[in-house]
Amino acid sequence: MSMRNIGAVSRKVTGVLALALVATLSAACASSTASTGDQTTAPTATTIKTGLLVYFIPKDTQNPYEVIAVQGGKKAVQEAGGKAVVSSGTQDTAAAQIPSIQAAIQAHANAIVIAGNDPSALCPALNQASNAGIKIVSFDSDISCGTSPNHLFINQANTENIGTSEVDLLAKEIGSKGQIAILSAEASATNQNAWIGYMKQELRKYPNMQLVSTVYGNDDPATSLTVLQGLLSAYPNLAGIISPTTVGISTAAQYLDTHKSLLAHLTLTGLGLPSQMKSYVHDGTVKEFELWDPSKLGYLAGYAALGLASGSASLLAGSTFKAGSLGSYKVLAASGTTGPSVVLGPPTVFNSANVDQYNF
Amino acid sequence: MTSEPTVAAQPAEQAPPRPDAPEGDGKRSVLRGLVRWESALVVVLIATLVFGSSASPNFLQSTNFFYIGLNMGEIAIMALPLLLIIVTAEIDLSVASMLGLSGTVMGALFSSGWSVWAAMAAALVVGALGGALNGFLVARLGLPSIAVTIGTLTLFRGLAEIVLAPRTVTGFPLSLTTIGVAPIPGTEIAYSTVIFLVLAVVCGVVLHATPLGRAIVATGLQPEAAQFSGIRVHRIKFWLFVTSGVLCAFAGILFTLKNASVSYDAGTGLELNVVAIVLFGGVSIFGGRGTVLGVVLSVAIVGCMQQVLTQLNVAPEIQNIVVGVLLLISVVIPNGREALRRIRARTRRR
Repeated sequence: MSMRNIGAVSRKVTGVLALALVATLSAACASSTASTGDQTTAPTATTIKTGLLVYFIPKDTQNPYEVIAVQGGKKAVQEAGGKAVVSSGTQDTAAAQIPSIQAAIQAHANAIVIAGNDPSALCPALNQASNAGIKIVSFDSDISCGTSPNHLFINQANTENIGTSEVDLLAKEIGSKGQIAILSAEASATNQNAWIGYMKQELRKYPNMQLVSTVYGNDDPATSLTVLQGLLSAYPNLAGIISPTTVGISTAAQYLDTHKSLLAHLTLTGLGLPSQMKSYVHDGTVKEFELWDPSKLGYLAGYAALGLASGSASLLAGSTFKAGSLGSYKVLAASGTTGPSVVLGPPTVFNSANVDQYNF
Repeated sequence: MTSEPTVAAQPAEQAPPRPDAPEGDGKRSVLRGLVRWESALVVVLIATLVFGSSASPNFLQSTNFFYIGLNMGEIAIMALPLLLIIVTAEIDLSVASMLGLSGTVMGALFSSGWSVWAAMAAALVVGALGGALNGFLVARLGLPSIAVTIGTLTLFRGLAEIVLAPRTVTGFPLSLTTIGVAPIPGTEIAYSTVIFLVLAVVCGVVLHATPLGRAIVATGLQPEAAQFSGIRVHRIKFWLFVTSGVLCAFAGILFTLKNASVSYDAGTGLELNVVAIVLFGGVSIFGGRGTVLGVVLSVAIVGCMQQVLTQLNVAPEIQNIVVGVLLLISVVIPNGREALRRIRARTRRR
């Protein structure tokens, strides 16, 4: 009996302690203020301020493409005498990125450079950041938040151009005929879906090429392999696969490399990293693929963020800003669902002649 | 809901000690271990807070506790029914998929012209049906819940993908999506935090102060004994799974409104966080032991710790390691003594 009383008492004490703790903490809080900046007017400054704090929030911290892009961004921020922080999760979910946005707000960052894991789920958190005076730049995968918050999208290449050029590349290799399929990343990824839309449009030019299936590997090698195997058994006569994601194309190339008999009728192309694809290009598994330079993309995004935070760049269509060693860039007007944006340049096609010149 | 016969009123007190526990002090040591675990959690929470405020000047900012509440809200709400299910020695791993499926159904109906309130009601119905499916397979057919709910984890997510992929639904009324960005006016508390605390109180009263709660504990300690003393073990388990389905659907609604959008992959992988929080709260994975206070403290610790680590810009891989270690500690320490005794008993027999 006495034992039980002790138990009950200590449990009560524990409860009271916990409650007291919560109360103290709520009382310890101070209030914070927010200010809204209007970014749609012309640039107000000509130079980039020093000591700016820029948060880079990639899709995750593991994807090699994102890692290289963020390194480019850090280089830009360091050149300009600022401080760069990289923060994200290990999984490609919006839920994993929201705490990083919150951390940026609390650290009073000057700008956030983000690759959205979800076009809409990040909008409330980013809008809060914008209301706290933080400039928002998106790259790789845009967010579609309308004007809340206003933000600048750094486009790796013209979206239409990426979609159409991949189809053209494949058509050239397979003689413009046969069944083809797409191995994509997440079914909800903004960039993937935009490219696939243009691929379908471009395919109308090739009446003898039929898109039979689009499968989603979630940018995960194991999932990509599973859906690829499903695809190959469902369509044994498949003539071509376009994988507009670095994880998908490298997984597919690795599989084809160990199943070379498939190469007699099957051609793989898409968006890949030269460093990952080098050996497959040299042994003939993959003839050509394309990509832009992700480190330049991050570098441009970094300078755009610094410019917006300094007032030397703006979201006004037609205004220009200087991006370090890359030269000057012009802000394009909003069109369709895309807000103000900047385009890095056309994608580069890699083949056995040039793949060794690139080290990313 | 279920009125239990009086024999069932005190099963936890009268439950025979486990065969592997030493005679006599079985119950007492369980109680003592339990008290110590929660006190330990309070110490850990204080340590986390002290560390957080000394390591990061942003930790005691007004918005920080709002953010913690916002980030933990759905996970915490799903942890409560899971606590009850684990106390009955079952498990529900389909919680995050249920969240995703209900949010997806809500989004799909809303985008096809339903009012948001009707869409939410439909999401709750989907939750109840999903929970009933789990409950039927586990309680009526007697299948192992770990296998059943791994199956429904995949099933619910697959259904969500069929319903919505590759679309993302947005455009929910601003008056509702404000729960994702603004605290309750005049405070720094997130709406989901208040909802969680209210549910925690209800759950605490049911588990610790009603015959039903004792029946739940008895079911986990000694299912046969509980059955023979008149407790409707199967019925209790069935309705716990239904409750879990409904509350996960409710979490799905909150998750959707918080993000002002929903896609089929909403909440993917959260089930591990939910299970980790329940176990770290001192709930025995073998059933029969666990308190709501422990789970509430566990939610607070994990929420604060995540926030501190993100603010200090600790790599997410390391954050995962921290959560993994917490989980291991919470399984090893409470069961360590029992395991030791078992080993000793075995060597003595030889």
